Amino acid sequence: MNDMRFTERAVVEDKKIAAKGVQVYYGSNHAIKDVNVDILDKTVTAFIGPSGCGKSTFLRCINRMNDTIDIARVEGDILLDGEDIYDAKVDPVQLRAKVGMVFQKPNPFPKSIYDNVAYGPRIHGLARTKADLDEIVEKSLRRAALWDEAKDRLEQPGTGLSGGQQQRLCIARAVATSPEVLLMDEPCSALDPIATAQVEELIDELRERFSVVIVTHSMQQAARVSQRTAFFHLGELVEYGETGQIFTNPEDPRTESYITGRIG
Amino acid sequence: MTDASIAGAAPEPKKSSLLVQDARTRKRNAAEARFRMYGLGAVCTGILALVLLLASILSNGLSSFQQTYITLEVALPADKLDKNGNRDRAEMAKVSTFGYQPLIAAAMEQKMTARGISVEGLSAKDAAGLVSKEAPAQLRNFVLANPDVLDTTRTFEFLASGRVDGYYKGRVSMETAQLDKNISPEQLQLADILLEEGTLETRFNWRFFTAPDASGQRPEAAGLGVAILGSFYMMLVVLCLALPIGVATSIYLEEFAPKNRITDLIEVNISNLAAVPSIVFGILGLAIFINFAGLPQSAPIVGGLVLTLMTLPTIIISTRASLKSVPPSIRDAALGVGASKMQSVFHHVLPLAAPGILTGTIIGLAQALGETAPLLLIGMVAFVREYPAAPPEGFFDPASALPVQIYNWTQRSDPAFVERASGAIIVLLAFLLVMNAIAILLRRKFERRW
Ligand SMILES: Nc1ncnc2c1ncn2[C@@H]1O[C@H](COP(=O)(O)OP(=O)(O)OP(=O)(O)O)[C@@H](O)[C@H]1O
Ligand SMILES: [Mg+2]
Repeated sequence: MNDMRFTERAVVEDKKIAAKGVQVYYGSNHAIKDVNVDILDKTVTAFIGPSGCGKSTFLRCINRMNDTIDIARVEGDILLDGEDIYDAKVDPVQLRAKVGMVFQKPNPFPKSIYDNVAYGPRIHGLARTKADLDEIVEKSLRRAALWDEAKDRLEQPGTGLSGGQQQRLCIARAVATSPEVLLMDEPCSALDPIATAQVEELIDELRERFSVVIVTHSMQQAARVSQRTAFFHLGELVEYGETGQIFTNPEDPRTESYITGRIG
Repeated sequence: MTDASIAGAAPEPKKSSLLVQDARTRKRNAAEARFRMYGLGAVCTGILALVLLLASILSNGLSSFQQTYITLEVALPADKLDKNGNRDRAEMAKVSTFGYQPLIAAAMEQKMTARGISVEGLSAKDAAGLVSKEAPAQLRNFVLANPDVLDTTRTFEFLASGRVDGYYKGRVSMETAQLDKNISPEQLQLADILLEEGTLETRFNWRFFTAPDASGQRPEAAGLGVAILGSFYMMLVVLCLALPIGVATSIYLEEFAPKNRITDLIEVNISNLAAVPSIVFGILGLAIFINFAGLPQSAPIVGGLVLTLMTLPTIIISTRASLKSVPPSIRDAALGVGASKMQSVFHHVLPLAAPGILTGTIIGLAQALGETAPLLLIGMVAFVREYPAAPPEGFFDPASALPVQIYNWTQRSDPAFVERASGAIIVLLAFLLVMNAIAILLRRKFERRW
C-alpha cells in the first residue's frame, strides 16, 4: 500500500526546494557540511539522525530563521521554486509567510487560544471579516486535532494548555497562514499516541497541497508519514532517498547502523 | 576503564536509621538555622531603622498639618483705604500693607473690649502681635479683589503668628517666651483666653499644601503650593521625554541594533551615566540649557530636562532588562508565522515587557522627584511666591521643587521651619509611596492577564 504511493509520487517529481552546497557555521562550529538536497512538492520529507547532527539547523535554514542567531552563518544556495531565498532582494518576512514552521519546543504566544491561531491570518490580511477569521481558526484547530478540546475555551490563554496541547496549538497556528511549505521540528515529541496519530493524519492531509518537512526521532513515524527520508550524521547528509528504500535497503553503512539502533 | 573499577570507586552503601540524624545532616541543619537567624537579624535591623526614621519625621512633621487661626471682624473704612473714593484699583493699590496693619490692631482691640478681655501689661499693639504678619497682606489682597467691601465690617480668619502656633504645638512655652523678643508670656495668656472663647482655634491646615513659600519671619504662612506645582511640572516633562526616548532607545539597542563595537560602547556609557553623580547633571544643565540654549533659570522645563537626562539611564537599563527577560521562543514564534521584526516586538515582546518597563519608569520618576542637587545648580532654590502659570507657559515660569523646598526650610533659623521641613518630607514620602503603589498596581494589572 505504502509502496504504491511512492511510485505514484515519483511521477510528479517537481522540486519545491533545492539546496546546493549548504554550509552552516555557528561561530567556528561547522554545524552543516555541504548539504545538497532536493525537497519535492506535495511530499512529506523526514529528516532523521542522532541528536546534535544538525537537523534543526538545516530546517531553520529553509525559512531563514537562522538570521535571528547572530553567530550563525549560512553559505550555499537554497532555491524555493527556483528562487534563491538568500538573495539580497528577498525579505525573510515574506519567505516565512510561505514557509511555516513548528518549533521543537512548543511556544504559544501568551495570548488566548483564538488569538494564537488568528495572529498569522491577521497580520497577512487573510480574513476580511470576523466570520472568515472564525472559520480559519476553527479549521486550523480541527486540522491540528485540537478543536474538540479547545472549542469551549478559545478565550483562555494558550499557555494554560498542556504541553501536547500547546504543540498542537502551534501546529494550528502554522497551518492557519496556509504556507506552501511546512517545516516541523519534532512536532510529536510531546504528544501521546492518539494525538500523534491525529497529527500524522494531518501531515498526510497537508501533503495534498503543501510540501512538509518533518524532523523526527521516531523511525516508525518517519516510515509511516514520509515518502522521502534524509539521514543526517555529524552535520553531513549521509543518505537521501525514498523512505521505503532507506529503511529496507540503505546504501550507507552508517544509515543502516542508525536505523537498526547502533548509532544514536 | 573496566566496569569493575567504576564499581570499586563507589562507596559501599551504609546501613543507618532514618530516625536518627547523622552528624553531617545535623551540621547542615545547624548551618541552615544560623543562616536564617542572620537573615532575620538583617531584616529586623532594616525595619528598626525604618521605624526610627519614620517616627522622628512623623513626630516632628505631623504638627505642620495643623495650624492655629484667629477669627476677627475687621472694619474696612473707605477713607483710609481709598482716599479719593472712586474705587479705582490702581489708586487703592497705593495703600501698602502698612496701611492695613492698624485695622487689624483695631479689630483686636475692639474684640477685647467687647468681650471684656484684658491681660495685665499687654498693649493693644502687642495684642495684635498674636496675628501673623501675613494678615495685612491677606486683607489687602481681599480688598483689592473686591473693592465693594469698603465701609463694611467683615469676618476674617487670620493665621496666628508662628510663636502662638508653636505654643499650641509644644514648641513654645511660658518660660521660653520670657526670653523671646517675638512673643511675651502676656501674649500667650491672651491666646489662652481667646482659645477658650473660640476666637482662636487650631485645625487642619490646607494652606500647607496650597500656599506659596513665605519669608523667614512668617513660618506660619509658608506652604508647599509652588513646590508641589513645580515638582509636578518637572515630572510631566520627565515622563513625556524620558519614557518615549528611553523605551525607544532600549528597543533599538536590544532588538534591532547589530552587536558590534559601537553598540558595546553605547551600552557601557549608558551604565556609566547611571553612576554619574546627579550634581554633574546640574552643571551640565546650567551650561547647556541655561547658558547656551538661553532657557530661563528656576524654570520647571530646565529642571525637567536635567532630571530627564538623569532618569534616562535608569529607564533604559530597566527596560532592556525586561526586554531581555522575554523568552526568545516568543520572538521565534512570531517570526515563524511571518511577522516582521517590528511586529514581533510591538505585538508580543513589548506587552510582556510592559510591567517591567512601567516599574522602571516609575522608580526613575520617584528618584527624579526626590532629587535635589542638580536643581540647586539651575536656580530652583530661588524664593518663589508666584504660582507658575498653567502649562505650557508655566514650564518657563520660575517655580520651586519639593526636595529643594525642604532643603530651603532646613536652612532657616526659625524653629517653626523644622516642623515645616518635616511636614514637607512627609508630603514627599507620601508622593513616593503613591507612585510605588501605582507601580505595583500596574504590574499586577498587566501580569494578571496571563
Ligand atoms: N543557537 C546555537 N548556537 C550555537 N550552536 C548551536 C546553536 N544551535 C545549534 N547549535 C549547534 O549546532 C549543532 C546542531 O544542532 P541542531 O540543533 O541542529 O541539532 P539537532 O539535529 O536538531 O539535534 P536534536 O535532535 O537534539 O534536536 C549542535 O552541535 C549544536 O551544538
Ligand atoms: Mg533539533
